Amino acid sequence: MRGQEARDQAERKAAMDTLARSSGDDIVRLWNEAGLPSQAKLLRGPETGLVTLRGRIGGGGAPFNVGEATVTRATVRLPSGQVGHCYALGRDKQKAKLAAVADALWQDPARRTEVETMLITPLRSALTAAHEKRHAETAATKVDFFTMVRGED
Amino acid sequence: MYVAVKGGEAAIANAHSLLADRRRGDRSVPALRLDQIVEQLALGVDRVMSEGSLYDRELAALAIVQARGDMIEAIFLVRAYRTTLPRFGYSSPIDTSAMLVERRVSATYKDLPGGQLLGPTFDYTHRLLDPELAAGADVAEPLQRTGEAEAMPRVSAILAREGLIEPDGDMPQDHIPGDITREPLEFPMARDIRLQALSRGDEGFLLALGYSTQRGYARNHPFVGEIRIGEVQLELDVPELPFAVPLGTVRVTECQMVNQFKGSAKAPPQFTRGYGLVFGQSERKAMAMALCDRALRASELGEDIVAAAQDEEFVISHSDNVQATGFVEHLKLPHYVDFQAELDLVRRMRAEYEARENPPKAEEKKDAAE
Repeated sequence: MRGQEARDQAERKAAMDTLARSSGDDIVRLWNEAGLPSQAKLLRGPETGLVTLRGRIGGGGAPFNVGEATVTRATVRLPSGQVGHCYALGRDKQKAKLAAVADALWQDPARRTEVETMLITPLRSALTAAHEKRHAETAATKVDFFTMVRGED
Repeated sequence: MYVAVKGGEAAIANAHSLLADRRRGDRSVPALRLDQIVEQLALGVDRVMSEGSLYDRELAALAIVQARGDMIEAIFLVRAYRTTLPRFGYSSPIDTSAMLVERRVSATYKDLPGGQLLGPTFDYTHRLLDPELAAGADVAEPLQRTGEAEAMPRVSAILAREGLIEPDGDMPQDHIPGDITREPLEFPMARDIRLQALSRGDEGFLLALGYSTQRGYARNHPFVGEIRIGEVQLELDVPELPFAVPLGTVRVTECQMVNQFKGSAKAPPQFTRGYGLVFGQSERKAMAMALCDRALRASELGEDIVAAAQDEEFVISHSDNVQATGFVEHLKLPHYVDFQAELDLVRRMRAEYEARENPPKAEEKKDAAE
């Protein structure tokens, strides 16, 4: 039971991560294509605020405050009772609201597969493709050192 | 008696509408869109985010347009906007070793795990203006190279295996990171607070100070152990969720400066370090920050304080360009009353001076008396 709960939490976090990193336009487009229900009562927000970003001295030492970032959050309740949350960088309120509804739908066992296959999976593939493209473009700029023999011996 | 002088409302309103007109410029030239600025003036956007201390590309782009490209004015606008928003909290510390790296170079090791990745750099360009760019030529897609992703440990971790470098900077166990947006600056300050101030500090000011250390004012023999640029994951602990909520990714530049150190009464000979971490792609700023961080650790490492770059109060008090521009630029605002007072004072002093330098002759005095 404990193991299942931890797996559920990890999957929910991964879905929230995908939603946070995706653009609002992509979420809206896939949402409409999937015909997912968007009725929900807004419990909080959507509202934009600041999160102070922390780094670590030397990369791995004590934390310090670097600067702030805009973050928009929303909390919704579905007619079926599930409460969903979203926190995402930026100021896209429509995205925050939809992502919160997606999080709530994800928690409904009857809806989870639909949310995963129609929304999260395509978003994740697009992010992975972009990630791999960027990685390959960077890899092409890797220096391959070679040595040249100079002189007689 | 104080007499308030009114007037200027119409002049101010007209000046602002003239500003709006000049900002727009020739109407036959298409107006800039924010996405054009975000995409094509990306490093300018990064500078405004870094020194405005607010990670939000569109807002930084808007600030740049509104400020007509005046970066410090744009930074000022962003700083002012920040104050209108509520605060949700402090993120978990970012993990730069897990970065999606877009550039990573080391000047201390040629062959290091993960390799040298040049990324989109100005280095090795010939700095010749490009007429094709002016003509709007198409740009080819960059090449790709596929292969296994290699782990990219931080260079400081490689040096640490030999025990010849100091560890990442630690603070006492119960230390809560200071926040200069909440508490006023106090000197001397802890390194974490100094780093926050440096990260939002003026690039030009920090660059000049970093340069001064290289030219011999607080020389500390720096090497770029590593510069890495790329995206890191941001997470926030919130009470409503049982896990840290992922917020998305931000691009940062990190610089690990490695400095030779011959040892002092407080520490053995070893490599010491300076650290730079800034928003966006900005390695000049990250390097300058790391040089200043190292120089400012003089008293911690038992070094003599002999140069400006080592003087914490001097550096940190003057590194913020919004404060600096506010105080310098306020001089152009009306000081009529102050100046009137000064004028009276100078007239009086001058009269006294002249009376002293050219004392009236005795007969003249007598004449005057009669």
